[in-house]
Amino acid sequence: MKDTFTMDCPQPRLLDETHQGVIGTGMDRPDGPQKVSGTAPYTADNPTEGVAHGALVRATVTRGRVAGIDRASIANLPGVIDVITDPRMTRNPAQGMAGEAPVQPGDAVHYHGQPIALVVAETFEAARDAAQRLKVTYTTENAAVTPENGEHEVGEPDAAGDFQRAFDSAEVQLDREYTTPSQVSAAMEPHAAIAEWKGNEVTLRAAQQMVRFNKAELADTLGIDESQVRILSPFVGGGFGSKLGLGPEAAAACIASQKLGRPVRVVMPRQTVFDCVLRRSETKQRVRLGATKDGRLTAISHDDQVSNLDGEGFAEPTSQASQFLYGADGLSFTQTVARIAATPAGSVRAPGEAVGMLAFESAVDELAQELGMDPLELRLKNIPATHPLDGRPYSVRRLADCLTGGAERFGWKDRAVKREGDWLVGMGMASAARSNMLVKSAARVRLTGDRAVVETDMTDIGTGTYAILAQITAEMLGLPPAQVEVRLGDSDLPGASGSGGSFGANSAGSATFLAAKDLRGQIAERLGCAVDDLTLQDGRARGANREVALSELVEAELTAEATIEAGETAETHFSSGFGAHFAEVAVNEWTGEVRVRRMLGVMAMGRILNEKTARSQAIGGMVWGIGGALTEEMVNDSRDGHVVTRDLANYHVAAHADVPRDMQVVFLEERDDWANPIQTKGIGELGISGAGAAVLNAIAHATGVRIYDFPATPDKVIAALEAKG
Amino acid sequence: MKTTLTVNGEAHEVTHDPRRSLLDTLRDDLRLTGTKKGCDHGQCGACTVLLNGERVNSCLCLTAMHDGDEVTTIEGIGSPERLSALQKAFVEKDGYQCGFCTPGQIMSATAMLREISEGAPSYVSDDLEVPKLTDTEMAERMSGNLCRCSAYPLIREAIAMASEVSQ
Ligand code: FES
Ligand code: FES
Repeated sequence: MKDTFTMDCPQPRLLDETHQGVIGTGMDRPDGPQKVSGTAPYTADNPTEGVAHGALVRATVTRGRVAGIDRASIANLPGVIDVITDPRMTRNPAQGMAGEAPVQPGDAVHYHGQPIALVVAETFEAARDAAQRLKVTYTTENAAVTPENGEHEVGEPDAAGDFQRAFDSAEVQLDREYTTPSQVSAAMEPHAAIAEWKGNEVTLRAAQQMVRFNKAELADTLGIDESQVRILSPFVGGGFGSKLGLGPEAAAACIASQKLGRPVRVVMPRQTVFDCVLRRSETKQRVRLGATKDGRLTAISHDDQVSNLDGEGFAEPTSQASQFLYGADGLSFTQTVARIAATPAGSVRAPGEAVGMLAFESAVDELAQELGMDPLELRLKNIPATHPLDGRPYSVRRLADCLTGGAERFGWKDRAVKREGDWLVGMGMASAARSNMLVKSAARVRLTGDRAVVETDMTDIGTGTYAILAQITAEMLGLPPAQVEVRLGDSDLPGASGSGGSFGANSAGSATFLAAKDLRGQIAERLGCAVDDLTLQDGRARGANREVALSELVEAELTAEATIEAGETAETHFSSGFGAHFAEVAVNEWTGEVRVRRMLGVMAMGRILNEKTARSQAIGGMVWGIGGALTEEMVNDSRDGHVVTRDLANYHVAAHADVPRDMQVVFLEERDDWANPIQTKGIGELGISGAGAAVLNAIAHATGVRIYDFPATPDKVIAALEAKG
Repeated sequence: MKTTLTVNGEAHEVTHDPRRSLLDTLRDDLRLTGTKKGCDHGQCGACTVLLNGERVNSCLCLTAMHDGDEVTTIEGIGSPERLSALQKAFVEKDGYQCGFCTPGQIMSATAMLREISEGAPSYVSDDLEVPKLTDTEMAERMSGNLCRCSAYPLIREAIAMASEVSQ
């Protein structure tokens, strides 16, 4: 392994100097033909000889112990092979980047719906039936299932200046409370695993986002060495955080397969996905803003209460973006975590911003209203010079350009409430922000003649990894992208960041870039020129007055592997994607129905690697914004905590009819020299951050009423309209 | 029990559990895994196939009830080497991300285009006699096909593009 490159200072913009001209272009995904023809192999699609089918049995009590499992209760059902219980089985998926086994509860039950056993049968039908019929007895204990009743852990505030003094003496004050329900990722592909042992080595095909971490999690779960584990995740049917960590289906499949000596497949039914895959916590948020009459923010506070199961380290970072969007004399952010016995909480797309910005950007909008000021102006006026909490300079930040450019494109200045029959039409906007990261990643690039292969355990969960790694390599080596093959999602390949936190392209992309850069050095050496004089284009190398086809120059394979990790720039500069969202909505004054008519997101997210896949992700995020604002709501029973909305009919994700055709995305040209050597920033989550607030602010503009308990479902809109009279 | 089905023009006799869904027969018995299972409850559309020419959620069909029926799956629409106009349009417009809902979207859209061309109206049709392929019509008629990656506007751009090509 080569030395690790650490990002300690800005790097030259090599991708602006190269000649192939494919970086940034909206190239079609190379995996597209497989996806549209149904031949892309997702986990459960893999044919496996002799496979047995597993169904997870789940607890029907909230807290207690499994006292007995009556195996005889299903022994006579045809096709049933075994009921597996094992101390290595896991309670819930690992948190993202855990790299160690999730809680292995033994016979303890910590939440309603927790996996407690695996029924294995010859057919899927038999396993499903037997898992439901299996008689289980429990001893039970009382447990708090609502955040109000749970034990509260109050954190230390993140603060700067004297918030209380600044707020108390502010000329204008706003103090509002907001609530958001739990939400779920609901990736279209349910969690799936197929495990098979050869000797003491296991191969797991699974739907996972972070193979490098998942490998460590599986080895730790099974009590074996990482060298005995291979994970394959070449195609993943969406993740959004839900597949960051190794799930109970994967652990159970491996354990059962080992015990039975044959391959075992476990695919979660949709209801199980709702019950025991990590949810986004519900939140209770209090936003306090103080300002001068002319709209200078003097005090900012955003306190929140979230929940999780005892001992789970994750807490929804609700106020993450509120901490650096605007400046004030005093700022304060305090988080409280309530401990409850319910499905554990974890990362769901844009943890923090997705729900935090619904509240925060609603409050900023309402403050503008109180000040009689254009909400756009209020935001523009309060962009801080440096990070308000720690004083770090921003790496590159085009928030103001996004706000003003978006306003112009959207026709913001001409907004007026229109009435069209029963419909009230209005416009809203919000800032967007999502902090940017670089996570340790490795990649290998091999070049033979004019064909290259990229190898990394990085995943493509719909994000476009296959496309962008081919583009980076093609650009660096002067090849048509069709001559670059990208191999992903195999734990035997160099370990990458995985897909999460919008850092995948930054991290795996940079590792690929560095490996390809190394190859450029090797090519220059063969050509006998300085690497700075080397030009690579269309499979030909030029330099030192020579031009040679790569097919001649590189007869035997050249290979390079590179590893990158964050360095000093992460300490000295604060990097974040920024943007502005605009929405136009129509609200039916009698039914309370809200229709989004059009949306615009203007975003500055560093170098765009593929205009087409980047746009898709941004649109996807904005649609999630619509879902968070209007429909998405997980409901837990207040007596035993069980998930009531446990399927796609009761948990409403946006459908075609909820999303207008007019969803525009504009990327501003930007390079983030402090972020990584390819000058990129994350994309997948910026689209959602603030998008829902734009929709909610448009409702307020159209109707003159505000909703504080999200989502803004018709019942709440009608109640607010009636209260206004 | 035994059921005979014609799938993508080929006759198959399958021996199956009486509880078997058409979706599981296609995926696990016939190894036609292009049809996806997203919910198994008729709530997502990932399993959409054509049954005697009409789109259905194959997870809601019991195999035993379809003796003698004809089924078309995504594998019967085109292969990576020979994509249909709709499949090509999805690639060009990026009408997907993870791709898991995509076979269902394409099967549904294939049938939807025919339904409109045959004059079947929907809840949002302005003209009940001659419905047009507007974006509103497409959004209404495709709403049984969820896409959590939320490629919706691009899916509809792809459908519109393919329908122009075919006209
Ligand atoms: S799998 Fe059939 S509708 Fe979801
Ligand atoms: S492309 Fe991922 S669900 Fe539609």
